[in-house]
Amino acid sequence: MKTSLGPLQYCWEKEKVTAFYDQVAQSNIPLIYLGETVCSRRRQLKFSDYFALAQMLKESGKQVVLSTLALLEAPSEYNELKKHVDNGEFMIEANDMGAVQAAKERNLPFVCGPTVNNYNFATLKKLHQWGMQRFVMPVELSKEWLTSVIETEQPIPFEVEVFGHGYLPLAHSARCFTARQQGLQKDNCQIVCLSHSKGLLAQTMDDQPLLRLNGIQTQSASLIDLSNEVEQMKLMGVDYFRVSPNSLQSIEVAEQILQQPSSDKTQSCNGYWHQTAGFNQVSSS
Amino acid sequence: MELLCPAGNLASLKTALNAGADAVYLGLKDDTNARSFAGLNFTPKKLQQAAEYTKKCGKKLFLTINTFPKPGEESRWYQAIDLAADTGVDALIMADLSLLDYAHSRYPHLPLHLSVQASATNLGALTLYKEEFNIERAVLPRVLSMKQVRDLAKVTPVDLEVFAFGSLCIMAEGRCHLSSYVTGQSPNTGGSCSPAKHVRWQEAGNDRLTLLNDVLIDKSGLDEQMGYPVVCKGRYTTDENHSPSHILESPTSLNTLSLLPELAKANVVSLKIEGRQRSPAYVEQVTKVWRAAIDSYMSAPEKYQTQQSWDQALAKVSEGQTTTLGAYERNWQ
Repeated sequence: MKTSLGPLQYCWEKEKVTAFYDQVAQSNIPLIYLGETVCSRRRQLKFSDYFALAQMLKESGKQVVLSTLALLEAPSEYNELKKHVDNGEFMIEANDMGAVQAAKERNLPFVCGPTVNNYNFATLKKLHQWGMQRFVMPVELSKEWLTSVIETEQPIPFEVEVFGHGYLPLAHSARCFTARQQGLQKDNCQIVCLSHSKGLLAQTMDDQPLLRLNGIQTQSASLIDLSNEVEQMKLMGVDYFRVSPNSLQSIEVAEQILQQPSSDKTQSCNGYWHQTAGFNQVSSS
Repeated sequence: MELLCPAGNLASLKTALNAGADAVYLGLKDDTNARSFAGLNFTPKKLQQAAEYTKKCGKKLFLTINTFPKPGEESRWYQAIDLAADTGVDALIMADLSLLDYAHSRYPHLPLHLSVQASATNLGALTLYKEEFNIERAVLPRVLSMKQVRDLAKVTPVDLEVFAFGSLCIMAEGRCHLSSYVTGQSPNTGGSCSPAKHVRWQEAGNDRLTLLNDVLIDKSGLDEQMGYPVVCKGRYTTDENHSPSHILESPTSLNTLSLLPELAKANVVSLKIEGRQRSPAYVEQVTKVWRAAIDSYMSAPEKYQTQQSWDQALAKVSEGQTTTLGAYERNWQ
């Protein structure tokens, strides 16, 4: 099993993003996903900027995949997506069935991201027929689910990736919750997401951290941390352990996580893996 | 323009058809549909009776099989499809690729509607499902603005159905994990959002606490109107706002009576009323209002105006007794 670095889910200034990927280029992480997956209003980096970063990372010896939006609403967003698919060099991560179609009709291989609904082997086989090379398990599924999928057909004809570390993307809406917090509407959001480098924490009225507002995306307040499950995943035949970055430190986490489980489990969760409520922290297996 | 109404049981189905529904949708009494609540839905025998009654009325019946089967459990879903074909329902409403494939290859003449749970919001997604499974219609998620619905309607390869009234999901449907994050139960696999067994109300002084799997998602006055306890309609604080508020959405229902002319002009073929879990009284009230509204529009499109009495009647059966245009209205976003 190898490590992958998921797409940056937050909105950062261009300089910060560039500095981040400069450091990624120096790391030992073999697989990098790159691109805006949350909101088309975030234009700090244009497609040409991401493409340049992708080439830079490729030259550093990385395998690079271009990630695409999870929610495609306007025709302009779908047209932009087609540009990503037509890049001529890098595979895409499809995070919506529209992206699957764009890759499929061009006979291009693709990765299915965690927001494509893959709930059984027959569905995965169908996507594989259409060009899917690898899939990231939907975040609400479990070890038991994955085991039965992997055991259905040996060898399994596509690669398997697990969202193993980071804040979970739980939902996407037409509404921008971050803008709404500021009394703004999405069309005039002033890119307030820039002020929340890892989203805005929301707590219950008795101070339990519950959610994380990230523009139109709602994330988990707790950080999923499956580093204790690495050995199990290797035995199961998982190909990639995904670290979803939220800061420069995430690069270090990704570099070490396969060798050394993280020790700090405060504010972390692993419930989905153990087939229970996602926010639960189930003690070590 | 079809008026499509919910039926949680035979009584609701008859009520809907008698009140003017053109078609009804319903689910089986198991986890093959996303409204798997106790006391709701149809056994195979009841489905047969429902189909006979609907046929006698000259109306249509659609069966909802819109959850995603887990590995090893597919046979229950396949049997539901076989049953639907045997019963002669007018269409299946489905989301899972493998089920669409199964139905399309075995029963090519059985019309397929793409469930909202498939979360298809764009031309690419609709094209894929049309090309691969020959879907006839798609139900649009409640995340598109009216302009986006119009734009999509101009190019879509399939008929479009939209939600016209009822409880408002504010997330892209079929891809929302808020319920499973807190309760472990997912509408995609387990059959409902915020299942009742995880909901608990507790009085504390003058407050009523709403707990979902022991998580405090709301605190309200004892006399306050309460919505259905879902994560997206809870009250929370943030680092920037320490007074609790509905940071995602407040308890409210979708009501698009005022958009009816625009939806009709966009060639939307069907208006869906949400609420299979609601009572026959709700179904009757909502169906009557929408029948009157559609008839009024059809008889004189240029003169159409939302009647105050319609809005009042709908507000009474709405969550929090308030309604919204939701994402159809750009300002809501």
